[in-house]
Amino acid sequence: MTLSDLIQQTGEWLRGSGPHEEIVMSCRIRLARNLSEMPYSHWATQAQRAEALKRVTETVQSSKSLKGSLILQMKELPEVDRQILVERHLISREHAAPSDERAVVVSEREIVALMINEEDHLRLQVLQSGFNLQEAWGVLCRVDAELEGKLSYAFSPDWGYLTACPTNVGTGIRASTMLHLPCLVMTKQINRVLHAITKLGLTARGLYGEGTEASGNFFQLSNQVSLGVSEEEILDNLERLIKQVIDQEEAARKALVQRSREGLEDRIWRAYGTLKNAHLITSNETVELLSLIRLGVDLGVIPTLERGLVNRLFIQTQPAHLQKLEGRSLTPSERDARRAKLLRETL
Amino acid sequence: MTCDLCAKNEATVYLTEMIDDQTRELHLCEPCAREKGKETAKQFAALGAGEIPELLGGGLAELLAGLADFGTKVEGAGAKTQPACPRCGMAYEDFRRVGRLGCGNCYEAFRRYLAPLLKRIHGSTQHVGRTPAAVKPQAAAAASSPKEELGHLKQELKETIAAEDFEKAARLRDRVRALEARMKKGKSSG
Repeated sequence: MTLSDLIQQTGEWLRGSGPHEEIVMSCRIRLARNLSEMPYSHWATQAQRAEALKRVTETVQSSKSLKGSLILQMKELPEVDRQILVERHLISREHAAPSDERAVVVSEREIVALMINEEDHLRLQVLQSGFNLQEAWGVLCRVDAELEGKLSYAFSPDWGYLTACPTNVGTGIRASTMLHLPCLVMTKQINRVLHAITKLGLTARGLYGEGTEASGNFFQLSNQVSLGVSEEEILDNLERLIKQVIDQEEAARKALVQRSREGLEDRIWRAYGTLKNAHLITSNETVELLSLIRLGVDLGVIPTLERGLVNRLFIQTQPAHLQKLEGRSLTPSERDARRAKLLRETL
Repeated sequence: MTCDLCAKNEATVYLTEMIDDQTRELHLCEPCAREKGKETAKQFAALGAGEIPELLGGGLAELLAGLADFGTKVEGAGAKTQPACPRCGMAYEDFRRVGRLGCGNCYEAFRRYLAPLLKRIHGSTQHVGRTPAAVKPQAAAAASSPKEELGHLKQELKETIAAEDFEKAARLRDRVRALEARMKKGKSSG
């Protein structure tokens, strides 16, 4: 598999199916792991980083669970390709910054991704479509156990898996779900809901994780604490709370349909009309309007559209994906035109 | 700042108390800090940690005074005298600057500073959850039965108090309590 193959295909997590797929776009679990006896990437010398990269890469190459995966050395990738990986949620924005001795491993269908020499030596993630935390956890456990058998991880019986940042120590786990909550936003209940779940130990973030704004009514909710609670408890707690948020969004959808069906359908069809006919459209406007037509698919207002297609458009209309499609770098206004063309053709 | 307890004297001692999952921060004057030390010693004694409350009372007061001194040292030029991690060379000041540790060994090297920090972030300082397969046999051998584990923990608690490592003692005390609660629960449900 090459990076071009990867871009051609649709990531498993964009499939738009799986439990509660109308509200939960995807779920992700990541584990932070470090090699024992080695300084963390930011504190290591280049030679030490190279050594860590070599050890992890060799382990991946001989592993069964990551067989056939694509291994990409970050320094060999042009800027646009690194941004594509960010847009596909396979690497963090930090990992895309120019730096030596970094790599990412991407499994088939983009289910498993492993960042090497990010903040921690290994950041292993599983990304799944829909509300599928248990399945994601199963996959992650298998890969983690295999790597752990071959690499010696930094671990303390008191403090668990040792990580560069104390906020990740212990289980090293961060489990998150990407929720699409348009009706909680429309009914202005979103702040109340987010406030409540923050008090119950979850963190809310935007579409692209830490430090990003919520856009397109997407919210990433994840566990805060990683020490003193087992992985299963963390996942159970997240699952329980997310179910409540799903219930709230469903109730808000029902209420809006009952109270102002016409108004809601009007907004959805106008969004569809704009996306289908615009000749210049910004990334922000696209995300906001795609959010509305995604809701239209969920409510059966636009029966001809498929959810997976709408999900894919969220990613394909991002700047780096458009530039890859066009085969050259584009100015912001050229991108707006190319984006509008792609939307017209697809819809 | 005035003392949180007597509200009269100037607070010169800063104390972080860890009880179960709750962290409480107190600003105390020296007489109140001494009293507080004695009170804490009684709590440890009640847990069966040994008949050394006086030692602990004296020890804690000393520790608190030491901490107060330490506070001024950190502000001043004394920061350089803090030990760096022997494995990677990171100093605690470096950690405070970059917000990331240098290596796994830093957790041991900076234990006394990190424990209260971890307690604040996670509400806990004891890992539960997955253990690498290579580490598991040691952990299992260390505790063949809950009763035996409790015995070991209490013994370790006594030794830790004697050695005046009160942060570790607080962690052990929480583990003793948690284990006792689990054993009680096991009995009543079984």
